[in-house]
Amino acid sequence: MRMVMTGNYASAYGAKLARAEVIAAYPITPQTSIVEKLAEFVSSGELKAKFIPVESEHSAMAACIAAQTAGARTYTATSSQGLTLMHEVLMWASGARLPIVMTNVSRAMAPPWNVWADHMDTVAQRDTGWLQFFCRSNQEVLDTIIMAYKICETSGVMLPAMIVEDAFILSHTSEPVDVPEQALVDSFLPAYSPELKIEVGKPMGFGSLVKPDQYMEFRYKAMLGMKEARERILRVEQEFKHIFGREHGGLLDLYKCADADVIMAAAGSVAATAMDVVDAMRAKGMRVGLARIRAFRPFPHEEFRSLAGKTEGIAVLDRSFTFGAAGAMFTEVKSSIYSCQKRPVVKNYIAGLGGRDITPKILEKIFEDMLVVSKRGAEDEVEWVDVAGLPRRWR
Amino acid sequence: MTKTTIPVEEFAYPGSTGCPGCGANLVMRYMLKALGERTIVTIPACCWAVMPGYWPSNCLKVPLLYCAFEATGAAISGLRAALDVKGVEDVTVVGFAGDGGTVDIGLQALSGAAERRTDAIYVMYDNEAYMNTGIQRSGSTPWGAWTTTTPVGTSHGFKHESKKDIMAIMQAHKIPYAATVSPAFPEDFVKKIEKAKRTKGFKFIHALSPCPPGWKTNPSLSVEIARLAVDARVFPLYEIDEGKVHITRKGKGLPIVDYLKVQGRFQHLTEPEISSMQKIVDDNWIMLLLKESSGT
Repeated sequence: MRMVMTGNYASAYGAKLARAEVIAAYPITPQTSIVEKLAEFVSSGELKAKFIPVESEHSAMAACIAAQTAGARTYTATSSQGLTLMHEVLMWASGARLPIVMTNVSRAMAPPWNVWADHMDTVAQRDTGWLQFFCRSNQEVLDTIIMAYKICETSGVMLPAMIVEDAFILSHTSEPVDVPEQALVDSFLPAYSPELKIEVGKPMGFGSLVKPDQYMEFRYKAMLGMKEARERILRVEQEFKHIFGREHGGLLDLYKCADADVIMAAAGSVAATAMDVVDAMRAKGMRVGLARIRAFRPFPHEEFRSLAGKTEGIAVLDRSFTFGAAGAMFTEVKSSIYSCQKRPVVKNYIAGLGGRDITPKILEKIFEDMLVVSKRGAEDEVEWVDVAGLPRRWR
Repeated sequence: MTKTTIPVEEFAYPGSTGCPGCGANLVMRYMLKALGERTIVTIPACCWAVMPGYWPSNCLKVPLLYCAFEATGAAISGLRAALDVKGVEDVTVVGFAGDGGTVDIGLQALSGAAERRTDAIYVMYDNEAYMNTGIQRSGSTPWGAWTTTTPVGTSHGFKHESKKDIMAIMQAHKIPYAATVSPAFPEDFVKKIEKAKRTKGFKFIHALSPCPPGWKTNPSLSVEIARLAVDARVFPLYEIDEGKVHITRKGKGLPIVDYLKVQGRFQHLTEPEISSMQKIVDDNWIMLLLKESSGT
């Protein structure tokens, strides 16, 4: 059924269709309407689940961890300060190998207070052992939640997943979304039944102390899980396409990259604008393309490596900045292609922090800059775009 | 000899890595005797996070869910929700945390779980400091005590702040049942845990847990010291049943010095300081009697 809905409602419908059994959540702008909608689903009986109104995001994740350990499929949603408050327990969820699925409405970190789109919160959690999917549309949000459960609940993976919506741009903007039939989702996503769960009669400890002679093996196995997730993402998406007739591009969603002289790498909602810009520039005879980073964890290293020999330059757009280094996506892209024989010029553009608009004009100028830089190399590898006091060449 | 009312079956096997004379070993043992096998125990960072043994060992006959230091309240809420949604109703969910994990870092999640009326028993075993990390003061360390972060012999000296009254905090949450228990009085202990098990909703148990290395006491005297705490009314045994206070053991009213003199952590105290501690204990006891007689 096609419905017009916000990204947040797409998240709530995704969790409902996936039949989440325990939902523990705490309100934060701009995530709140996800939790409100789910509370409504549970109280009306439309969703047979337990809703735990916890007193913090840390507790939201801690409650999901306990519930998932007892064999329930869990869901939560958060944003920004809430996500970073969860940091400790995010590591707990992945270390305990629990396939929890969560939406993060990606928002700027304070201070100064800012509730708008920015990837700093999400990027700061890249080392927590979660799969991270950046979405371009509300449809992708709904579909990716359903896929994420199937990807993560495989015995070879058993890691949690974060579905990322850009604050307000997706979370509060309505689009037509195809809401699949429950029966169809049920045929795609079986009930959660982990090999191990906490239950009486089996006096095991979940999360107990291990010595140095065993700890590394636990970490190694989690690494294998993330490796397996890579293959699993691709396979599950093909199964999803077979049933629902849609796909969203695997780990790296390529748009007109095959013959592109320069490529922009970007994540999140800005990719939708960038596709239009690619079309407009191609109409003017410029061969440009877009590589949308859909999975930030596991990172599409192999996909970038196979692009490296075919293009002259990669402009990496980061909606966050790692102080003392560069944009996180940029660092990843560069490290991906370092081992390639032929390496394109790579330059980092920092833009759109704290919800600042990344307009088609700005994207066009980035492509134009990259077309020049790809020929002569970048003087400054990292450039901040559209910042007061810096050259106003971006407007 | 009268027959004991304590269940004979053991759910705590030998093999705990607790120190000799550890009060928390007894607290776990009596608690599980009262609750039985259909129990899941949630343990945050604390001595008992280490005491069941290294993975894959578990010296307890029940499953254990370890959680982050500050997360016990949230974890028991999540665990109970999952059991409910799966239709498993006859399992007792327990949060088993130390005093630091309860009155300090875990207070927020504890308050949340109590306010949500989570159907679980929260047991705080109170050894009156961060003992797993090596005797640092907590909000539950009593006035006058030495710890490594309240060192005697500096300008500040021993701990100059009172112990947080966690029972009053829990009473303010209007939970159906709260009780203090002592390993020196196992029958009273077991009876209260059994009552908590029968009661629906959020239950809180405050267990005094003597700690030989932290209190600088002879390991063979732990039960005796726990008894002195009750008899000197430092740690009165009472319950708060649907808001009504009921003292379950009046104690002998021994002078506090009898309790203090056997513990190294109080050896620096002067006579006037001991007198002021006696006054705190006397005032608290009178308050408790008043609460009991007024039915609040």
